[in-house]
Amino acid sequence: MKDVFVISENIITSLGFDTEENVNNIKNYKTGICKLDKSDFWTEPFFVSLINTERLNQEFSNISEGKEYTRFEKLCILSASKALKNTSIDVKSKETIFIIPTTKGNIDLLKNSQDFEEDRVYIDKAASIISSFFNNPNTPIVVSNACISGVLAINTAKRLISAGLYKNAVVVGGDIITEFVVSGFQSFKSLSFGPCKPFDVSRDGLSMGEGASTIILSSETKSNIRVLEGASANDANHISGPSKTGEGLYIAIEKSLKNSKIDATEIDYISAHGTATPYNDEMEAIAIGRAGLLNSFVNSYKGYFGHTLGAAGLAESVLAIYSLKNNFLFASLGFENKGVSEDLKVIEKHKEVKLNKILKIASGFGGCNASIIFDKI
Amino acid sequence: MIDTCITAYCVINDNKIVINGETYFKDNESQDFNEFIKAAYRFSNINYLKFFKMDRLCKLGFVVADLLIKQTAILEKYDSKNISIVFSNRASSLDTDREHQQSINDRNNYFPSPSVFVYTLPNIVTGEISIRHKIYGENIFFISNQFDEKLLYNYINTLFSSSSTDCCIAGWIDIDKNSYKAIIYIIEKSTNNSKDIIFDTENLKKLYIKN
Repeated sequence: MKDVFVISENIITSLGFDTEENVNNIKNYKTGICKLDKSDFWTEPFFVSLINTERLNQEFSNISEGKEYTRFEKLCILSASKALKNTSIDVKSKETIFIIPTTKGNIDLLKNSQDFEEDRVYIDKAASIISSFFNNPNTPIVVSNACISGVLAINTAKRLISAGLYKNAVVVGGDIITEFVVSGFQSFKSLSFGPCKPFDVSRDGLSMGEGASTIILSSETKSNIRVLEGASANDANHISGPSKTGEGLYIAIEKSLKNSKIDATEIDYISAHGTATPYNDEMEAIAIGRAGLLNSFVNSYKGYFGHTLGAAGLAESVLAIYSLKNNFLFASLGFENKGVSEDLKVIEKHKEVKLNKILKIASGFGGCNASIIFDKI
Repeated sequence: MIDTCITAYCVINDNKIVINGETYFKDNESQDFNEFIKAAYRFSNINYLKFFKMDRLCKLGFVVADLLIKQTAILEKYDSKNISIVFSNRASSLDTDREHQQSINDRNNYFPSPSVFVYTLPNIVTGEISIRHKIYGENIFFISNQFDEKLLYNYINTLFSSSSTDCCIAGWIDIDKNSYKAIIYIIEKSTNNSKDIIFDTENLKKLYIKN
């Protein structure tokens, strides 16, 4: 089994187009979640975190001209090209694989396919357009497993590289805000009436966000951040509600710890899913408690740029890895008073803390849960 | 590498269910998928009322999985935390996505419904099967242009070598407009049964094409 390292990354959200810009805004406790008065996505005003389209188009024009790309494809291509800039991996090699997590891809084309061919709404098509932009010879691997897609994609990349099947993986994915997803979450009545407040007693639902993100993993290029074992598990309880016992998430965390051969006490920090729905955050708290992780610091990034669905696990891992590298933890924005039954160490103010091992977790519809551990060497 | 075998497989295609190469159910009367899958459900004595609430992708995967799980008795053999589910298809959940889109196309006739929207993710079928059989193992859903035996083979091998998978329910479940096909394999560590099929890309593909 080969060691796998994180060698580059990028994150695009409402708070910025690279890791540094996102981090600087997060350091200033800024949120990208705003009230949207336009009725493009929903019949009434609601709170959402959107990426600036003008800036996206302007930045994208620096890397490509002529050929038409959808908003989803542009975000993924831009994110991957920014991350690739910092590496020397051969993206045209058979030994480099693209792994693309997304829940809905180009779903906006379902309403109006605009100038694009009809099959662009099929995710495999969008994925091949993204990997072809970089002249990668492999068929990209698409992971579409609800809100754990991002974490699962990192874990898939880790496993395939560890097994020696590829030397490098460009994990790039995202999701955009569309009327399709907003109307769906509204029908569930799961959206917050203001910027979301993960783990807080007054949390009332999630804020949606759009994002694209990239993590590049490698066994041939080394760094000081190693990817340990990940795992997934199902709650076997309900297709749209989290388990009351946190069963699936607990199993996923336990498997990650066991297969990484580390003890719960070694985890310094947990980047939680923290959607700010009453049930999700409580479920996570229970699973974290059951796994013996109540001494680890916890935060959620959802208060900064919302729930970015298929990108969430990837984007939040980028920030968690930033924390690990820099021994610096970010506050869980929106959190004031503890609103879960376990005594979680939710981070209230940014702080410097020595970090060695961190855990990223995610949960989603279909009762799915995932976890992965990053280690500083 | 761990010695693994395909110990059973089940295919639904063209109004027919085939288990381990033998026709289990054939329906010459049903006019469409909905009629067919209901007939298959009744024929199989499944008796699970939630079935009728599911979307078409879930119904398709659910029936195949139910038949195979009964046939192989994997639930009695393995810790349910170590039974993994690896699915793939081309059309993701587009079959239900189109239905949800229909409900929001007209602002004067706007009726997005949570009971439809929840099925606009391909992995809901994994959840439905897990709930029915209390399976707590690994989950992943891949989207690919066509049946990708290499991806399934490589990924499933990494699961078996991670020591937290003893058995895998894996395959292809696709429904798009008027076409549908599901093939699910049960993959286990070798049981030394003469009917076991070696788990490799060639056999995965051969069974997929033949059926």
